[in-house]
Amino acid sequence: MITLRNIVVPLVAAALVAGCSAPTAAPGEAGPAGDGTTMTLADGYEPDDLNPLLGYGAEGASKFYDGLYARDAQRTLQPALASGPATSSPDRLSWTVPLRPGVTFHDGSAFGPEDVVATYAAILDPARAATIRSSVPMLAGVEAVGDDAVRFRLSYPYGAFPARLTSGILPSEALEGGGPVSDLPVNTRAVGTGPYRLAEWRRGDTMVMESNPSYWGGAPSVTRVTVVFATDDNTRAQRTAAGEFDGTVLPPALARAVAQQSGLALREHASADYRTVALPFANPVTADPAIRAALNRSVNRQGMIDAFLAGQGEPAHHPIPGVLPEQVEPSATFTFDPAEAGRILERAGWVPGPDGVRVRGGQAARFTLMYPATDTVRRDLAQAFASDVRAAGIDVRLEGLGWEAIEPRMGADALVLGGGDPFDPGFKAWQLLHSSNAADGFNNPGSYRNAAVDAALDTALRAPDEAARTAAVKEFQRAYVADPGMVFLAFLGHSYVTRDAWDGYTPVVEPHTHGTTWGPWWNLQDWTPRS
Amino acid sequence: MTAVLPGRHRGRAVARLAGLRLLLGVPTVLLVAVGVFLLAAVSPFRPVYQYFGVGIFSASDADIAAAERSLGLDASVGEQLLRWLGGLLTGDLGQSLSMRQPVAQVVAERLPWTLLLVTLALLVSLVLALAAGTVAAWRQGGWFDRAVTAVGHTLEGLPPFVLALGAIAVFAVAWPVLPVAGLTDAGAAPTFGQVSRHLVLPALVLGVSQTPWLVLHVRASLLASLDDDHVAGARARGLPERLVVLRHALPTALLPFVTVLGNRLPELVTGAVLVETVFSWPGIAAAVVTAALAVDFPLLAALTLLSAVAVLAGSLVADLTVLLLDPRVDADV
Repeated sequence: MITLRNIVVPLVAAALVAGCSAPTAAPGEAGPAGDGTTMTLADGYEPDDLNPLLGYGAEGASKFYDGLYARDAQRTLQPALASGPATSSPDRLSWTVPLRPGVTFHDGSAFGPEDVVATYAAILDPARAATIRSSVPMLAGVEAVGDDAVRFRLSYPYGAFPARLTSGILPSEALEGGGPVSDLPVNTRAVGTGPYRLAEWRRGDTMVMESNPSYWGGAPSVTRVTVVFATDDNTRAQRTAAGEFDGTVLPPALARAVAQQSGLALREHASADYRTVALPFANPVTADPAIRAALNRSVNRQGMIDAFLAGQGEPAHHPIPGVLPEQVEPSATFTFDPAEAGRILERAGWVPGPDGVRVRGGQAARFTLMYPATDTVRRDLAQAFASDVRAAGIDVRLEGLGWEAIEPRMGADALVLGGGDPFDPGFKAWQLLHSSNAADGFNNPGSYRNAAVDAALDTALRAPDEAARTAAVKEFQRAYVADPGMVFLAFLGHSYVTRDAWDGYTPVVEPHTHGTTWGPWWNLQDWTPRS
Repeated sequence: MTAVLPGRHRGRAVARLAGLRLLLGVPTVLLVAVGVFLLAAVSPFRPVYQYFGVGIFSASDADIAAAERSLGLDASVGEQLLRWLGGLLTGDLGQSLSMRQPVAQVVAERLPWTLLLVTLALLVSLVLALAAGTVAAWRQGGWFDRAVTAVGHTLEGLPPFVLALGAIAVFAVAWPVLPVAGLTDAGAAPTFGQVSRHLVLPALVLGVSQTPWLVLHVRASLLASLDDDHVAGARARGLPERLVVLRHALPTALLPFVTVLGNRLPELVTGAVLVETVFSWPGIAAAVVTAALAVDFPLLAALTLLSAVAVLAGSLVADLTVLLLDPRVDADV
């Protein structure tokens, strides 16, 4: 399959490798960083705001904010603004979180339970229109316990509740006044407890962060970080290759070319960021279990990864990523087996028609697959999907559309969806495939219903401990693969280049989030200049 | 053409023109704002999508609906329009949904950068048009004239963003002498030196993109006035050619040029939108694109008002200038 992107990317990459005429800092030469206390990064994506209640840094790793808990490099939950693990009541409907003493916000005010209560009360209040409300559907209320702890009340037992407490805490003063949180000054002037504070945000251009000298985790060594927003991948690649930046995020092929040419270190991170083809159950073709089973066996997942993701990625069969080996059920996979796909269709009565498209009872094996028109990765995957399943006698019509046009048709036409959460994958699977979320917003868009999957997910979310939860998550994968509701294609890898002038880089598994918040710089506060 | 009018009469004509334009301008501007609301209302974009961002993919219908209610996005277009007009009367431009800050603040932060860019671009095209147009007309039919006419007609059909991408290819990639994007180098303070270096390419591109109409007009107009009786008279008196062109022909030729300049203002505004987007110039025009894609009613309406006012004011200033400079023109209002 030849697409414009497939031509342009290698061309640009070749131009870069061939040694371009732009002035280039020689490998190893000190870049703009100088003594290593300042760093300049380029990001392809500029946040709309810096408000954690509107989703900024919801998975943790925000430089401006701390959540109650954060993840370490091994994805283990560690207390951040909490001073220790949360304790639950025996029915797991009430969780008490002890708070770290002596923490101050960037504006000098002291951190205390009133800030946690104000933050979560604002999340829960529909009138304040916090967009992360749907990430804590189990949360019923929150109150202070003395002056060094808070208690969360849940409406149903939720075993991994502390995992949902990674979102940043705002000072209660910043939330005063009621009204939608989109009206708050903190949207553009972040005030948190994090390792960095906002020095300047020139919208559409740059953001400058300064280290917080009184950070509870110790003052960061890199004291000034400038993030330049440059949305175009090729422009960013060229400017990075010219030595303008200490690091950036790039598509896989470009990242390799830039790293090769500029002497920057290539960092490729695995992620839980899946791409899947959601199949609608209101459509008579995609609702047929034989069609879904055949589709899952006729797509060449590794082929797509090699062709479109420069090999950076991992085949996906269900929403639980392979980078969490402890949670993955090894038997829950589909093998690429077009012959088997054909046999499944034959057995179900789908026979080849005159034009090669299978037919059953006058119904042709044909459906429409939608993808967001501006997303080249999803477009490439959709085209590969259509071409692979055509060999099995299933005809897929492609339509690149805007989300506005896609949304009303999600119930009837297939759709390339993306997402992923490496920290609480059971929750993501629940949103995506539990029947109670059928056609609720973009959750479970195809209205997949499977009693065994529902039961396994319910057990996982209510599980009393990690072992029981893992067992249920594995049970979910077995139940799902026996009756697949989607065609999961791949978990994307994220690629970065970074100047190798600091110690402290630690690889990490990433969520769907793009850009320089995560990437090599997720623990930037721990980096030190290399002498 | 009337006889030369006495000064007092002329002053009254100016006041009458300004007053009438103002009287017509207010409803025109309001009509434009209402039009923006109506157009945005029939667009298929849902503002709440922009509000949620990627969060939309895990949000429940109930939460999306609650956010729409609380933000007032579920109200009818009429209601939203009335609320916006009410705010306008009290000086409140509302809250921008896409920028997550008050509209007044968005305008205050970004307008100066756009004004700087547009003023400089206007200056560039003025100087270019006057110089090239005059020389071309003076040496009519010569190689310079033929080149100017050919390039002028080519540029007329070339959208500013093509010119911008071309300029980047030449001056930033092939022959890297100028910075491509942004207000300053990464992380640098917006000092005079920094900003002026970064201003060169966008201002040149925007300026050059506006030049062809002006240069062709100056040329045509100068050619016509070179045939005028008083110019022929000046030549007959044996005055040097330079003096004839610059002192006698050019002033008459330039009067209609002022009107053309005023009429080009809308093009300058749309040109600024494209040029700011290509060069990541953090001006107000770039915000128009964001606001339109996000169906950000308050910001979109404010920006449209702003450009409507700029266009009306531009043409008023041009007409007033002509009225004041040219005694033959009457304010036919």
